[in-house]
Parts: sequence; structure tokens; C-alpha cells
Amino acid sequence: MTFSYYPGCTLKTKGKDLETYAIKSAEVLGVTMEELEDWQCCGAVYPMAKNEIATKLSSVRALVAARDKGQDLLTLCSACHHVIKRVNNDMANDQNVQLKANNYMALDVPYTGETTVIHYLEMLRDRVGFDNLKKAVVNPLKGVKIAAYYGCMLLRPSKTMAFDDAENPTIMEDFIKAIGATPVVYPYRNECCGGYVAMENNAYATKKCNTICTSAKEMGADMIITACPLCMYNLDANTTENNLPVLYFTQLLARALGVEEDAQ
Amino acid sequence: MSHNKETLREIVIETAGINPRKCMKCGKCSGACPAYDEMEYHPHQFVSMVEAGKIEELMNSEAIYMCLSCFACVERCPRGVEPASFIEAARLALIRQSGKNHLKAEEIPAKLNDKLPQQAIVSAFRKYSK
Repeated sequence: MTFSYYPGCTLKTKGKDLETYAIKSAEVLGVTMEELEDWQCCGAVYPMAKNEIATKLSSVRALVAARDKGQDLLTLCSACHHVIKRVNNDMANDQNVQLKANNYMALDVPYTGETTVIHYLEMLRDRVGFDNLKKAVVNPLKGVKIAAYYGCMLLRPSKTMAFDDAENPTIMEDFIKAIGATPVVYPYRNECCGGYVAMENNAYATKKCNTICTSAKEMGADMIITACPLCMYNLDANTTENNLPVLYFTQLLARALGVEEDAQ
Repeated sequence: MSHNKETLREIVIETAGINPRKCMKCGKCSGACPAYDEMEYHPHQFVSMVEAGKIEELMNSEAIYMCLSCFACVERCPRGVEPASFIEAARLALIRQSGKNHLKAEEIPAKLNDKLPQQAIVSAFRKYSK
């Protein structure tokens, strides 16, 4: 199985762990991630304004590059996934965005949202299959209680993201079960960590993250997993009460597949 | 430059792409909002203030920088009103004016730390600056 792969800015810098464990684990599972050439930063937040066009073009370029290779576009960072998937939805359904982006880009073949955007977790669930993942596990994480932190970007708005049930998701808990660990369900798993507001207001993020970590800890979690570098940062660096270890889900995947050390 | 009240209202509604009159004032958006306590005006108020043309009040409120873009209000609105889109539109009405950026490039170095991911800088910049 081969995908076009869009890493995004943070996975080449502060969020390297999210990527290196993902690539190594994918190899074990027979999945090849072909990084797009000359990809551009997605902008990290979806431009909601109907009259924003230029800020969507970097996503369109990635989507076109995958289409031209005849591949689905695999994402890993929650924010990149959110932005690229929603821009793809605009290119398919918003005629204003579609027309203006195509007018500007003057592609040989106009782009109208043909590419399938798939997040790494969806790839594990829908292409590899959690049953097959379970069979590939050599080091089941028995007895480890893991709280999945979904945050916002993967789930909402569910009409476009179509990732999982936005209010009661199960994909990360099913992933945790597949690697042999025990999922801990807690009420704040899909509440915002404070996101980019932490840039100018740390206390605000701390308030959010303390609630999240306290909730996870009270439900008995040993650790928290995430797919988002900004959630990772807030939960790790801006939490002051009931801190728990925060890991990228790909690190535990690599651990369960026996390639955690190879990835380093 | 300053616009008249009605022009500003039209710009914000066009930018958001939503008709605020669809709102049935159930308050579910504000009930779902994780930033509620931080905001002078809450999501349901944004919608009704846009409808009433009180755009300058929104543009001058710190509340436009408190929205986390978590999309809880968008997800839970039974009428598809998207309060977050109005908050974004009010913020854009301000920062699209020259010299009105909320976050300036020269402020960034002082905010950096060893763990801060690029994603935080990029997203804050996209939200707060044009």
C-alpha cells in the first residue's frame, strides 16, 4: 500500500517523533509513505472566511500533487489533516473557491476535489484494519492504561471531517485495544487544549489542560496519547496539575510493533 | 477606514457566509464553548450582535482573540449557524486593515521556548495577523 504523504511544518522540527515512529511502523505494516516533493505549510488553521482563497492554495497544491501521482493523500498531524481535508471539501463543493483557485493556479487539468485525504489513524482502521494491526503486534502493551486525547481538529466539524462520531469517538480507543493496552474513556477527551491561544496566554491553556489531565487521571490513566503537536505542547508544557506523560500515538504503535528503538 | 454600520454588517455576513437570522437563540453554542469564561461577548451574542449590526463593538472586544477555533459551536448548532465563522469574520474585519494586526512578527522571538511547536506560531499568526 503506497500513499502520498504530507508531513507539515512541525513534523520536521519539534514534532519529529510523531513522524519517525509513524514511518517505521508503516514499514512493518506494509505501508509506504511517499513524501510529496516541495510541499508547503498548510497554514495550521483552516481559513473559515468564504472570501479567503490564497491561504488555501498550499493545501490545493498538495491535493493536486497526490492526484497527479494517482495516490490517496496521507496526513499525520491533526491540524494538517483538518486544513487539507476541509480545503478539499471546498474544492469539491464551493464553486467560488474552486473557480478562483483554479483560475489562479492554471493547472493543465483543473482540480475539483478528487483526492482522498486520509489520516494515519484512519489508514490503520480502514486500510490496514485494527484486526491485522493486532496480529502484527509483537510487544502488546498489557496493563497500560491509556487516555486518548482527540482534541478538536480530527473530529469537528464532523459533517466535513467524517473521522468518527464527534461526541463519542472510538477510533483511538480501538487503536489502544489493538496494541494490547487498556483505553481509559474520560469526559474531556474531545475538549480543546487551548490551541494557539497559548502563544499569548499560557494561563488560559493551563486552565484547559489541567481540567483535561485531571479528568484523565481521575479515570485511572497512566498516560495520554495525541496526534497533534500543539495538543502535545499544551498538555506537556502548559499543564501544572495532575500531569501525565504525553506521547504521540505513533510512539506506542512503534513500541507495540517492536520498532521503537529502530526509529530513533 | 471606517465603514458605515450597514456596510460593515454586510461585509461580516458575506465573509462568514451565514445568515444570522437562521439562529433560533437556543444558546447551545455558548453552552458548548470552552472559551466562554474568557469572553466578554459569548458565541450566541456574536450571532445576535451581527444580526443587529453591532460590528464595531465586536471588533473592539478582546473576545475576538479568545475563540479557540475548536468548532464545538459549529458542531453543536442545530441550525448550522456557525458562530465561530462570525467571530472569525469580525476579527478579519479588523485585522484586514493596515496596521491592525494583533500579533506582530517582532513580538515572536520573545515568545519562543524550547518546546513551542512551529504549529503554534503559524496558527496564531494566521488567526491574529494579515
